[in-house]
Amino acid sequence: MTARTAPARTADPRDQLAGHLPKLRAFAISLCRNVAQADDLVQETILKAWGNIDKFDPATNLEAWLFTILRNTYYSTLRKTRREVPDIDGAHAAQQSEKPAHDGVLAFAEFQRAFDQLSPEHREVLILVGASGYSCDEAAGMMGVAVGTVKSRASRARKRLAELMHLDENEPLFAGTDGATHAVISRSVVAAA
Amino acid sequence: MAAEKTQATAGKAAIRNQIEENLKRVYETVLQEPVPGRFAELLAQLRAQEQEAGR
Repeated sequence: MTARTAPARTADPRDQLAGHLPKLRAFAISLCRNVAQADDLVQETILKAWGNIDKFDPATNLEAWLFTILRNTYYSTLRKTRREVPDIDGAHAAQQSEKPAHDGVLAFAEFQRAFDQLSPEHREVLILVGASGYSCDEAAGMMGVAVGTVKSRASRARKRLAELMHLDENEPLFAGTDGATHAVISRSVVAAA
Repeated sequence: MAAEKTQATAGKAAIRNQIEENLKRVYETVLQEPVPGRFAELLAQLRAQEQEAGR
């Protein structure tokens, strides 16, 4: 990712910002699940990065630095609004408690719905270590927590996702107790391959 | 008993794989979306402001 040649003294990392926008925006949308809010976050991140570029160490990963600014900005906004809108997650989750009709085509839409219902902290850890390819160490640095916390949070987040999708990991999935779920998994694995 | 345990482990691994696949897909799906032009404009604006100030 980073340039192989040592950057010239005059190199301005801000010239690299545009190239990082697609991933930064994908992270923002994954985190807040709202495109308008995500775009505001990206804008705020650009402004902060631009003004604080002297605090960026060119020996480190610019994308990780931008992700960190974005998630910190997001959580500080969230802390303010969470107090105003209590328990929106609980109310939303309660509407979704019945087992949905399984269908291979619906599997991804269903996964997205389950993903939407996770807490932002759970979405964040799963996207960082699961989808965008950061190591647990890197994610720990970005999230400002210990590596062990990243691992346990990721594990809880996966468990929660499975619960929301009514996949019980303690059930012998392939024993025929839930053939419909098995079929969905086989079909979508084939579809994803 | 042992067979059930193996099945449960296989089930766990299958669920985990399924989750990882879908997570990548969630992220890839949003990554495909074109980035709005307003960000390139914002960057150009910031650069122009700075050059203006530096003069």
